[in-house]
Amino acid sequence: MATVAKLFETMEYGPAPESDAPALEWIKQHDNGRFGHFINGRWAPPAEGQYFETINPATKAVLARVAQGGKADVDAAVAAANAAAPVWAGLPAHARARYLYALAREVQRHSRLLAVLESLDNGKPIRETRDLDIPLVARHFYHHAGWAQLRDSEFPGYVPIGVVGQIIPWNFPLLMVAWKVAPALAAGNTVILKPAEFTPLTALCFAEIAQAAGLPEGVFNVVTGDGATGKHLVAHPDVHKIAFTGSTEVGRIIRKVTAGSGKKLTLELGGKSPFIVFEDADLDSVVEGVVDAIWFNQGQVCCAGSRLLVQEGVADRLTQKLRARMEKLRVGSPLDKAVDMGAIVAPVQLERIRGLVEQGVEEGAKMWQPSWACPTEGYFYPPTLFTDVSPAATIAQVEIFGPVLVSMTFRTPKEAVELANNTPYGLAASVWSENINLALDVAPKLKAGVVWVNSTNLFDAAAGFGGYRESGFGREGGREGMWEYLKAEWEGGNAERGTRNIAAESDEPVPRSDFRVPSSGALPPIDRTYKLFIGGKQARPDQGYSRKILGPDGRVLGEVAEGNRKDVRNAVEAAHAAAGWGRGSGHMRAQILYFIAENLATRAEEFAARVGRQEVAASIARLFTYAAWADKWDGAVHHTPIRGVTLAMNEPVGVLGIAAPDDFPLLGFVSLVAPAIAVGNTVIVVPSEPQPLAATEFYTVLETSDVPDGVINVITGGKDALAKVLAEHDDVDGMWYFGNAAGVKAVELASAANMKRTWATVRGRDWLDPRQGEGREFLRRASEVKNIWIPYGE
Amino acid sequence: MPLDLDVIRALRVNRSAVERRAATIPTRRTVKKEWQAAWLLRAITCMDLTTLQGDDTPGNVVRLCAKARRPLRQDLIDALGVGHLDIKVGAVCVYHALVPTAVAALEGSGIPVAAVSTGFPAGLNPFAQRLEEVQASVAAGAREIDIVITRAHVLTGDWPALFAEVRAFRDACGRAHMKAILGTGELATLTNVARASMVAMMAGADFIKTSTGKEPVNAVLPVGVVMTRMIREYEMRTGAAVGFKPAGGIRAAKQALDWLILMKEELGDRWLKPALFRLGASSLLTDIERQLEHFVTGRYAAAHRHPMV
Repeated sequence: MATVAKLFETMEYGPAPESDAPALEWIKQHDNGRFGHFINGRWAPPAEGQYFETINPATKAVLARVAQGGKADVDAAVAAANAAAPVWAGLPAHARARYLYALAREVQRHSRLLAVLESLDNGKPIRETRDLDIPLVARHFYHHAGWAQLRDSEFPGYVPIGVVGQIIPWNFPLLMVAWKVAPALAAGNTVILKPAEFTPLTALCFAEIAQAAGLPEGVFNVVTGDGATGKHLVAHPDVHKIAFTGSTEVGRIIRKVTAGSGKKLTLELGGKSPFIVFEDADLDSVVEGVVDAIWFNQGQVCCAGSRLLVQEGVADRLTQKLRARMEKLRVGSPLDKAVDMGAIVAPVQLERIRGLVEQGVEEGAKMWQPSWACPTEGYFYPPTLFTDVSPAATIAQVEIFGPVLVSMTFRTPKEAVELANNTPYGLAASVWSENINLALDVAPKLKAGVVWVNSTNLFDAAAGFGGYRESGFGREGGREGMWEYLKAEWEGGNAERGTRNIAAESDEPVPRSDFRVPSSGALPPIDRTYKLFIGGKQARPDQGYSRKILGPDGRVLGEVAEGNRKDVRNAVEAAHAAAGWGRGSGHMRAQILYFIAENLATRAEEFAARVGRQEVAASIARLFTYAAWADKWDGAVHHTPIRGVTLAMNEPVGVLGIAAPDDFPLLGFVSLVAPAIAVGNTVIVVPSEPQPLAATEFYTVLETSDVPDGVINVITGGKDALAKVLAEHDDVDGMWYFGNAAGVKAVELASAANMKRTWATVRGRDWLDPRQGEGREFLRRASEVKNIWIPYGE
Repeated sequence: MPLDLDVIRALRVNRSAVERRAATIPTRRTVKKEWQAAWLLRAITCMDLTTLQGDDTPGNVVRLCAKARRPLRQDLIDALGVGHLDIKVGAVCVYHALVPTAVAALEGSGIPVAAVSTGFPAGLNPFAQRLEEVQASVAAGAREIDIVITRAHVLTGDWPALFAEVRAFRDACGRAHMKAILGTGELATLTNVARASMVAMMAGADFIKTSTGKEPVNAVLPVGVVMTRMIREYEMRTGAAVGFKPAGGIRAAKQALDWLILMKEELGDRWLKPALFRLGASSLLTDIERQLEHFVTGRYAAAHRHPMV
C-alpha cells in the first residue's frame, strides 16, 4: 500500500483497463475462434475452405480466423436473400417494425460485449465504442423500427428494391452495419453484408443477434472476406442495389463495375472536410472541437475535420492552444478507459499515415507532435499538427485517414468558403463563429452534405448523412435515407439491364451534315436555322454541321445544329455562370416557370402542329406543377437529440446534364427541365434526337419568358455521344439520361470520374401520367439534402 | 492588473460546445484502485469543510473542526500507509459569527478558517457594512475570506462597478486570502460567467469560486470548464496563477474525482493542491471515507461506521 502515498504526490492517471475476457470467451465459443459466413440464418463454412486472421492492432495478437468468401459463398448468400425477399417484403409493416425493435433491444442487452469486441478488433478506444458507437447503433435500429412501422403510410406507392449488397468499412464496423442494415430492412429489403476484412467480428456478433431476434432466415446474411469477396457481391446479377461505404478509389471501381447493370447505387466515400474557425469563435471550445474532429477514432473518420482553416488574426493563438491541448492527449491501450486515442487499424494504414506525414514535411509544411511517446508494441501514431500548409500541398489535398491535422489561414469569409470548397470531396464541414449571421451565411455555401455549426462529428439516425461531389451520393439516416431503399411501385420488376455493347458506341460525336431536299411550290419557304441555345443566345454550332430531321412520313421537317464537345464545354460554362439562379428565391423561379407556361400557351397551336394538342396541354400543366413546387420544396427540421436544430435543406445539385427521352419531344423535355430548374439547378439539355424541333422551337419561348441566360442550355445532335461528353465533364454535377442500355452504361461509366450523381434509365414511362411523369421523385433527383446542425443555447 | 474592457468584451463562450466538453470530463478520464485512493486523499486536503446553516451553533462548528483535524479513521490511515502525510482538510468555512469558535477549535492544526463574508449569500447589504464585515472576520482570525459579488453588476454589464467592488474587498482582506464567489447560478449565461471571472481576477481575487451553495444551480462542470479556461487565459496574460473553488452540490466522491480531473486537464498538476484548488463541501467527506474504506476492505461501507461531521 505504500504506493498510495507515492501516487498522492504524483497525481498521475493509473491504468483503467476494461476486461477483454468476456469478448475473448465469446470468440472462443465459436469453433475455438473460427467463424464461417452467416447465410440463410445459419453459420456456413466457406465453400473453398479458406480463412484469414483478424488481429488486435493494439497488441498484434490474432483474435480469430474468419471465412474468406468466394463466389460460391456469395452465390449462396444472394440466393438466400432472394428467396427471403418476397416473404420479408410481404410481411405487414408492423411485423418488420417488431423485428427492428427487437434488434435495437438485443444490441442494448449486449452493448458491452459489442463495445469490447469492437475495440479489440478495430483498436479504437473503449470510451468511443461504449459511449458513441454502440448507443448510436441501438438508436439507429430504434429509429428505423419507426420507419418500418410507418413505411406504408409515409411512402405510399413505394416498394422495397429487393436484394441489397452492402459493403462496409473498418473505421466504424458495427455502426456501419446499423447505418446500412436498419434502413434496408425497414424498407423491406433483404441484405447480404460484407464487413471489412480488418474488422469482421462485430458484424458476426450482430448476425448472432439477428438470430436471437428471430429474424427470418435469409433476410440478413453476412459474407466475410476481402475486396475479392466484395467484387463477387457487386457483380452478382441478382443483387438489385449496392450500398458501399469506403474509399473514393473503391467507390469509383464499383461505379464502373455496376454501370449499365441496372443496380441502384449509393456511395459514401472519402473526405477532406474543412473545419473553419472565424476570429469571433470561442477558441477554447474550438480546440475541443478539433479534438473531436481529427483525434476521434484516430482520425480514421471519413468526415474528419482534417483541414483546419483559421482566420489569420487568431491563427497563432489557436495553434498555441492546440499544442497545449495535444500535450494532454493520451494514446494507449484501446481498452483503457482513460485514453483519447487507441491504435491505428492495421500496419498498411499506419504506413500510409507515416508516408503522407513524411511527404508533408518534405513539401515544406511545419510538423508538430507532442513531447510524449506512443506505445510501441502495437500500431500507434501520435496526434500531429501541420502549420504553414499551402492549399497545393499533398497533405492539404489527399485524405490521410489518420490523426493528422493540416492548418491554413484565410482572410475573409469569402476566402474561407473558397478554400473550404477547394477540394474534390464534399462530405462534411464545420463552421465556428459566435455570429449567427456569419455562420448561417457560410453553411449553405459549403459544398458538403453535412455542416456542423460550432460542433463537429455529430451523428443521429434522424438526420441524413452523405456527401456531395466525390464523397459519394445518397444519404443514410432520416427520411432522406429511407428513399435510398425504396422504388416506385409502378416500376415493377428489377429487369433493367442493357444488351447493347458500349464498345460499339463512338466516343466522339460524329459530325454529319444532311442537305435539305428542296420543297416544291411556287415560293420557297423562308429558311429557318435551328442553332444551339447557349447562355441565353442562339449559338451556331462549333463545327458548322447540321442534321436533317425527318417526319414520320420521311419528309424533311428541318435541320438542327450538330452539337459537339466544344458546344458542351461552352454550355457548361454558361450554366455555371448562371449559378445565381439557385440562390434566388423559389418565388422568383415560380414566376418564371409560370411565364414559360404562359408563353407556351400563346403558341400552343403552333406546338400542337408538331407534337399534338395533348402533349402541349400536358407540358403547360407540368410547367404549372413545378412552378407550384418551386416555393414549396421545403426541407425539414430533424428531431436529433441536441438542444438545437438540424436543418435538412434541399439544395440544387448544381449543373445538370439532361438527355431527354426520344419519345414525347416536348413533354419529355419539359418534364425534366422544369423540376431541375424549379429546384435551382442550371441545365444543359440534349433534346429528343429524332424529334428535336419542339425543343428548338422552345428557344424563343424561353427567350420571351425572362429565363436568365445560361439557366437552360440546349444542344441538339447525337444524344448518346453528347450525353457521354456531359457525363465525362468534371464540372457537371449530375447527369440524367433517358435512353438505351448502352447509353445508360456509358453515362454511368463516365460519371465515375467525378462521381457525379446519375439518373440513367432505359425504363420508359408514361409521361402523360402525372404519377409517372412528375412529382417528388423528380424533385429529389434534382436536389441534394444538406443537413446543417445548429446547437444553440447561451 | 487594471480593468481591461477590451479583453472582457471580447470573451465569447459557446454553451453547447462547453457542455459537450464538460460531459466528456468524467468519461475521458478515470482513476481506479490505488490511484483512486490517492486522488481521494488529495480531494480531502483540498476540501473547504463547510457549514453555512441558519442553525449553526458553536457546538456543531467545534464538531466540524474536530473532523477537519482528523478527517479519516486511524485504521484507514494505517491501512493506506499515509500516516506521514498528515492528511487534513484545506480549511474550515463558516459564517462570521462562528469564526472565533472555529479559530479556537483549530488552534495548532495549521488549518485556516475561511469566513463567508460581504452579506453572504446575496451580497446586497450596504457596501460599507460589507467592507466592515470583511475587516471584522480578518480581525477575528479568518485567514481566508469568501466574498460574494453583486450579481447585478454582471447582469447589467457594469464591469467597472464589479471591478471596483472586488478591488475594495481585496484591499479590505489585507493579508487574508480572498475567494470571489460569482454565484454562477444567477449569472444567466456562460459568457457572463467568463467575463465575471476575468474581472474578478483583474481586481485581485486569489481564487474564483462558483457558488454560495444557496443558488438554484451550484457547482456544475460546464461552469467549471469556463472558469478554469479563464484562469488559464489570465495566467497566460499575466503569469499569475489564480485558484479555483467549486462549491455547492458536491456530495459524492466521484464528483470530487471529476473536479480533480477537470483541474488536471484544463489547468495542470499545480491546480491539484490546496494552494490553487478547493472543494467547498460538507457531506462529501463522508462519501470519500466510505470509498476509501471500500478500497481498503473490499466491502461496501456504511456511513454510520465513520465519525460524523
